[in-house]
Amino acid sequence: MTANITGNTTSNAAADGIRQVSGTRGTSVVLQDLSRSFGATRALDGLSIEMAPGELVALLGPSGCGKTTALRIVAGFESADSGAVLIDGRDISSVPSNHRDMGMVFQSYSLFPNMTALDNVAFGLRMRKIGAADRRKRASEQLEMVGLAPQARQFPHQLSGGQQQRVALARALAIEPRVLLLDEPLSALDAKVRLQLREQIRTLQQRLGTTTLFVTHDQEEALSMADRVGVMSHGKLEQIAAPDELYEHPATAFVAEFVGIMNRIPGELQDGGTVTALDKSVPVMNQSADVSPGPVDVLVRPEGLRLQAVENGNGIVTTRTFLGSVTRVGVLLSGDVTVQIDKPSAEAAALAPGSSVSVTLPGDPVLVAPRS
Amino acid sequence: MASIIRARRGGPGGRPPGSAPNAWRWVVLIVAGVYFLIPLWSALRFAGIKSFGSVVSEDGFTSSLGLSVRLAVVTTVITIALMLPTTVYVHLRLPKVRRLMEGITILPIVIPPVVLIVGVLQIAPGSLKNTPYLLALVYVILAMPFAYRAIDAGLRALDLKTVVEASNSLGAGWINTLWRVVLPNLRTAMLSAVVLTVALVLGEYTMASLALYQTFPVWIYVNSQTSGQVSVAASLLALFVTWLFLMAITVIGTRQSRKTGGGSVTLFTVARQETRGN
Repeated sequence: MTANITGNTTSNAAADGIRQVSGTRGTSVVLQDLSRSFGATRALDGLSIEMAPGELVALLGPSGCGKTTALRIVAGFESADSGAVLIDGRDISSVPSNHRDMGMVFQSYSLFPNMTALDNVAFGLRMRKIGAADRRKRASEQLEMVGLAPQARQFPHQLSGGQQQRVALARALAIEPRVLLLDEPLSALDAKVRLQLREQIRTLQQRLGTTTLFVTHDQEEALSMADRVGVMSHGKLEQIAAPDELYEHPATAFVAEFVGIMNRIPGELQDGGTVTALDKSVPVMNQSADVSPGPVDVLVRPEGLRLQAVENGNGIVTTRTFLGSVTRVGVLLSGDVTVQIDKPSAEAAALAPGSSVSVTLPGDPVLVAPRS
Repeated sequence: MASIIRARRGGPGGRPPGSAPNAWRWVVLIVAGVYFLIPLWSALRFAGIKSFGSVVSEDGFTSSLGLSVRLAVVTTVITIALMLPTTVYVHLRLPKVRRLMEGITILPIVIPPVVLIVGVLQIAPGSLKNTPYLLALVYVILAMPFAYRAIDAGLRALDLKTVVEASNSLGAGWINTLWRVVLPNLRTAMLSAVVLTVALVLGEYTMASLALYQTFPVWIYVNSQTSGQVSVAASLLALFVTWLFLMAITVIGTRQSRKTGGGSVTLFTVARQETRGN
């Protein structure tokens, strides 16, 4: 099956003159300056993303940030007020959703209740006028691919939530879509199934090389599955980058706080691009940010703070959470500020709650945000 | 009738049999049963079994029943043709209008039939006044509340928007989506709408009599003036046939709905699709 899909996609690609990235196959997707308002609400405000063929991009953001609207515009269920969606360089804004060749997996269970799992998967092939025998064979192969061959004859209500979403994935992939769209497909599932399905989706996506846009509000999901993660807020893209880049070098305070855990420590922003916090002046990473000199918050990750047991230090250990190789230590600083600091578990053993510690900044550039 | 109001057995929160609420259930059932069955039994005693044989040969029976059946068919076709696309459209594109629709569709129940038919007879063009199918047009309005609610309940159980979008994304246009995805899942709801419409048309008296057409109920009344026993036998027959019809729908609907995941089917509610845990 894999070979079959690869063959087809490549031949289509050649015919359409796709811009191919070496070693990948699939379709390029460009979201060009998309804007969309619903009444007075600006759901999308000039969103631009370029996706390379075969790439999995996750759109991450709080609810109402516009990520689902973006996905629905790509799918053709919504139209943009301005901007364009380019597939292989061609503007598809005027193409109706049923001619876009996009497989979609929805948040809610979307299987057709009147059809068996097999008929659900075969539906898209039927719409493409593929003969009964051929489509049954291909649909069976797809079900096998998601590990549900034994359930082929069952109706959706006889399947568990995880199984239903796997059938929905098989159904979306059966049409060999140019783009795969995933609209929070895991959010209705319980934690264990979610983890399994997450891995299954990523493995299949990489094997088939289908360009995939994945919308989620779960940062762990986005960071673990995507090649690149786009963090959205108020209809705008705050930053799009590889997961590690996003975590280590967040471009804005919003990204910093939305992705991973972030401490806020009161500081004083100086004119020369430095900030003073915990009795130390350190360079500011986001100097262009809309923050004026004066009181600010310094944003530091739990692993970005130094912690030492000392007599009469500037903090007191309040909590200790064992996370495996590291232990997260909660420290109360003066001014009722609590920070979380990660220490190797062996070193943290000595830091009993109630003991006095000193918390310092190592001197690396930090992010600042307006005082909250 | 019992099967239509049948309580679902088991399920979460179900009480063990024999407990107090269950006993009350039986009391209510028996009281209601007595209330409904005594008149029926009396009517049967009055008419006598023999009258049933002579109903069919009675003057005007065939023509009046024929007219009622024709009206039922025409009314049902128009009702479904109007209400199905409207309700689907409202669900998909104008969800905000749903409350308004509910309000509008309740109007025919609030407005007395006499008012409706007198008004219609005043303003209807002559060509329509001369055909009994004018009644079918008015019956469509009368059937609207029932048809709308039945179809609305079916659509609510379906998650129409997601299913339609899924079908679209798989390459199906509007016709295919309606024909292969929406309609098959509305079978029970439409069956309910059809049954309610047919039952309403077969039993409607006021309008037919004011418009001077001898439909089956009008014939039963007219006939009761001359031959009381036969007319009572005819109404019992009509009741029994309608009841059989309702039973058939409920049984078929439930079987269909079981297959695709619903529970038992009642006339207004199509049981929501159940999903087992993950």
